Amino acid sequence: MGLTDIEAKQTKLTAVDRSHVLICAGAACVASGAMEMEALMKAKISELGLTCEVSVFDTGCVGTCDLGPVVVVYPEGTFYVKVKPKDAEEIVTEHLLKGRVVERLLSRTPEEHTVPTIAEHPFFAKQQRIALRNLGVINPEDIQEYVALGGYSALAKALTMTQDEVIQMVLDSGLRGRGGAGFPTGRKWAFAKEVEADQKYVIINGDEGDPGAFMDRSILEGDPHSVIEGLAIAAYCIGATQGYAYVRAEYPLAIKRLQIAIDQAREFGLLGAGIFDKLDFDIEIRKGAGAFVCGEETALMHSIEGLRGEPRPKPPFPAVSGLWGKPTIINNVETLASVPVIVEHGPDWYSAFGTETSKGTKVFALAGNINNTGLIEVPFGTTLRDVVFEIGGGIPRGKAFKAAQTGGPSGGCIPASMLDISLDYESLQKAGSIVGSGGLIIMDEDTCMVDVARFFLEFTVDESCGQCTPCREGVKRMLEILTRITEGKGELADISKLEMLAGGISKTSLCQLGITAPNPVQSTLRYFRDEYIAHVVDKQCPAKVCRALIQYDIVPEHCTGCTLCAKHCPTNAIHGELKGVHTIDQEACIKCGECLARCRTDAVIKV
Amino acid sequence: MKTLDDLKRVREEALKAMSVRESGHATKVTVAMGTCGIAAGARETMSALLDELGKRGISDVTVTQTGCKGLCEQEPLVEVTRKGQEPVTYGHVSADKARRIVAEHIVNGTVVGDLVVTK
Repeated sequence: MGLTDIEAKQTKLTAVDRSHVLICAGAACVASGAMEMEALMKAKISELGLTCEVSVFDTGCVGTCDLGPVVVVYPEGTFYVKVKPKDAEEIVTEHLLKGRVVERLLSRTPEEHTVPTIAEHPFFAKQQRIALRNLGVINPEDIQEYVALGGYSALAKALTMTQDEVIQMVLDSGLRGRGGAGFPTGRKWAFAKEVEADQKYVIINGDEGDPGAFMDRSILEGDPHSVIEGLAIAAYCIGATQGYAYVRAEYPLAIKRLQIAIDQAREFGLLGAGIFDKLDFDIEIRKGAGAFVCGEETALMHSIEGLRGEPRPKPPFPAVSGLWGKPTIINNVETLASVPVIVEHGPDWYSAFGTETSKGTKVFALAGNINNTGLIEVPFGTTLRDVVFEIGGGIPRGKAFKAAQTGGPSGGCIPASMLDISLDYESLQKAGSIVGSGGLIIMDEDTCMVDVARFFLEFTVDESCGQCTPCREGVKRMLEILTRITEGKGELADISKLEMLAGGISKTSLCQLGITAPNPVQSTLRYFRDEYIAHVVDKQCPAKVCRALIQYDIVPEHCTGCTLCAKHCPTNAIHGELKGVHTIDQEACIKCGECLARCRTDAVIKV
Repeated sequence: MKTLDDLKRVREEALKAMSVRESGHATKVTVAMGTCGIAAGARETMSALLDELGKRGISDVTVTQTGCKGLCEQEPLVEVTRKGQEPVTYGHVSADKARRIVAEHIVNGTVVGDLVVTK
């Protein structure tokens, strides 16, 4: 296409607007009604005849997911939170028409001070957004906005350098794979470049499967071009002409936005033949069917080839023999999104962030018992305490922090005594956990660690491909033991059995899924052994979570005889007269907790 | 996309359109949009301002709005603030006058004396 075509396409963007309204279209905001709200807002804008001066855009995940749907109104940068469809009209008539900020929709600090603009929000203060640089800033469905903020200039720059120079740059930056393994990205590229072949491939690994992790989805949804640009740079470095984006089918919005981005990049001549007269490269999307193991690179390639998604032993590594036997590199979404920035600003700029061995920044998905759930990006070396209490806003309802599970089902738990741990590859590994893909599940005092380990093993048992025995049988046996313990049927010998199995499985499994599957058990045994012992010896669950080990009682002095608990008990296990003390029939009680939730006088207790 | 210059041209054009998302432009135009202002035609004034700025390709000006300033009989009111200078308030700004303000004050830097609200 010629340049005149490109200029013709810019008509939409050149109309002068006095205000841009950016609506977060990340999945959390969409799920809480962002699209209905947007439709109402657009209708009101058009009713008031403001369409030619105010534009409304969807943008990627802003990161403050618990505050959704969020809306940012420029030029002021006013940050509206929890905007329901019924609030849409007020923002238009008050803010957009009359210029009056709608105070009640502003975010508030715990001290009840309003936060007028997004720039002033404490959630962003300690963050360093590199991979997330454009999320919540640009309209991901418009390539021009990406280009406006410097997009594709890193690709243009890379193409003026030699392949080795670019690889050296990535090596010097210290960038390591953000998908979990943490392998130096530049080294991977160098291996693939050295191999002679008639065809090479590059792949985006968008098969994000860790429970609670959603950074890859958010980047694909909010800034797809950064990933495309990163992949194109990788393709140039190793000499690949074809790329694949492997994205799980459960991410329909990410797939849609990525496809739009690929189409637009082709239109602009940034994908296809003769990119900057130097590179021939194109990308196709392949949808994953949702198996967790397909995030493992050899299983992922089998899936692209149309085979069953099962891993194979390495070596040969994909860089030597990958997709259809050709040299292939597979990089995670977040890794690729960081590449253009490194090429643009240079390796020194990037490696100034982070620690000695973990350079740059990492995106973490904050979930669980934390006030500000959402997506954050911090330099490696930031302490867990800062993430939980400064950025995350602490634990809800004044509860105490108990542990943080990092790295999803392959990771481990960090206890409260280690809150000052530096979040980086080495420190977390030393503590028996991993950075992994960056899932960070915060747990408060009401969490049973045995139950947490059981939950993660349930996940890995479900997701094991069944190919190798240690993972297929071993993890299942571990789950059975854990289930037994949480049901109060465990013995002391079970703990050593768990340890023995864990050691064997991690030594003998075929792929990382099996190798890391025992991690949650090993790390909880390491830091919360007394909880295991309480379960098997005292038959007690200290956190009062495991149903078989608790019972509900009514404190007679507190009971007013309101009958609320009895009315809601699904098994009619609660008896008592109106205004008389109630009692629970333990035989009939199924320990659903409904009585505790209903009681207004704190008479129902868990013991 | 063949050369770096191609990319630069696309980038510059797109940047202009996105400049509205930056605050802190040297020039800020505020249109009073209270009920009184709107009744007196501030909507047309606003449209004319934006249209004139667009025609002239000016993107480094923040156009914003405010409520009633208490000078209802002088509406529509438009205030132009340039960095380092006292704000200038114009009264009875019709669409045509708004275009004059863009041409004379914003482009040429001369205050439009006959439109200024006098105390």
